[in-house]
Amino acid sequence: MSKLPLTGSSTVGPFFSIGLLTKDMVHPVLASPETPGEHIRIEGRVLDGDGAPVIDALLEIWQANASGHYNHPAAQTTGTLDPDFSGYGRTGTAKDGSFWFETVKPGAVPFDDNTLQAPHLNLTIFSRGLLNHLATRLYFEDEAATATDPVLQLVPAERRATLVARKDPKATEEGKAVYRFDIIMQGEGETAFFNL
Amino acid sequence: MDIATTFEAIVRGDKEIFPPYLYEAYQSTRRRAPKQPLIETPLTISELTGPGPYLSRVIPEDADLTRNSGTGGEAIGQRIIVTGRVLDEEGNPIPHTLLEVWQANASGRYFHERDQWPGPLDPNFIGMGRCLTNDQGEYRFLTIRPGAYPWKNHYNAWRPAHIHFSLFGPNMLSRLVTQMYFADDPLHNLDPIMSSVPAGKARERLIAAYDHTVTEQEWALGYRWDIVLRGPNATPFENARQETGEGH
Ligand SMILES: [Fe+3]
Repeated sequence: MSKLPLTGSSTVGPFFSIGLLTKDMVHPVLASPETPGEHIRIEGRVLDGDGAPVIDALLEIWQANASGHYNHPAAQTTGTLDPDFSGYGRTGTAKDGSFWFETVKPGAVPFDDNTLQAPHLNLTIFSRGLLNHLATRLYFEDEAATATDPVLQLVPAERRATLVARKDPKATEEGKAVYRFDIIMQGEGETAFFNL
Repeated sequence: MDIATTFEAIVRGDKEIFPPYLYEAYQSTRRRAPKQPLIETPLTISELTGPGPYLSRVIPEDADLTRNSGTGGEAIGQRIIVTGRVLDEEGNPIPHTLLEVWQANASGRYFHERDQWPGPLDPNFIGMGRCLTNDQGEYRFLTIRPGAYPWKNHYNAWRPAHIHFSLFGPNMLSRLVTQMYFADDPLHNLDPIMSSVPAGKARERLIAAYDHTVTEQEWALGYRWDIVLRGPNATPFENARQETGEGH
């Protein structure tokens, strides 16, 4: 069957908050206190090719719950559904290019029938000047499986560190571990992005 | 005016359809386009799922941009209906998926603190709309035709009239943010953002068609615009898990 041609992509421009950061669509907090799992905070900045903060970026995360189950109808072999945990987060960067999410650390999800992927968040970045969004993943430095993750292995070795969040020695007042993850759009230390 | 068309190698997906990350005529791409090659990845459960099916909280009023400002008043401008279908590459409708739109008002001004050119604001127009597609994959918005607006990309730069669209679809592959344009706009070929999409059919597909069967008597002009989202069949990988369909 001949395929329909896809609709092309474009930038969100500078004024996307009108449509995409409406009150009930800002979701930096994914987990409620009752959500099972290790509660964590992710903090980072989005920087451009000059190292300048990107003050008008939109970030979305998509993740499995702590048992390794995505809240999605696709068949899954790991974990159990928590209907109260969407696994979806959205936020905009602040005037210093910073962003944060509070969530639970995701569980391992399948790669194929025999292999698991290391716990990771899927991240999508939109901004003025990005004619297509950027797709990347956030892994955790304190997860042993990160070192052998089959998708991370596809990233050239010298760039893998750009996808690994570092545990900050400080924790939040509620005792949540804090992970640092900066997104560098271009140049030195450029984050590895996927063709997705 | 001549727009430089510098196409660089780094393109997401099909370079006949998608713009390159670096498109020098659109100045903001110069410091934001990645320079390193994108990493090819197999389609795992992480890519073959996504938040789309979960996101369904809209109310009918969200689809009427002429009256959703909360003031009780009605937006000024040419009333238009924008409707169409959201499809996958096989031509199957994508039902119950969220569309989010935003746009300038009739004079080309956004309801946004960083838009400060002297086009008048309309207190009865925010420029935000949302809806879900129905069982046939159809969406429908009532709004006003947006005006063109100036920007600082180059001397005397004006964006053609457009509506921004954001769609989720069923998984991470189908996520799309794009812009819809109107036919017969003399600004199309002067606009670096529109020109960043490859010329010909790919660019034409971003233009809504006037449709008199959508137009409503003594009420609003009708435009039709279909959207095709990427699906998992576009790039098969041997290792990929492609289980879909079974619900919980
Ligand atoms: Fe715009």
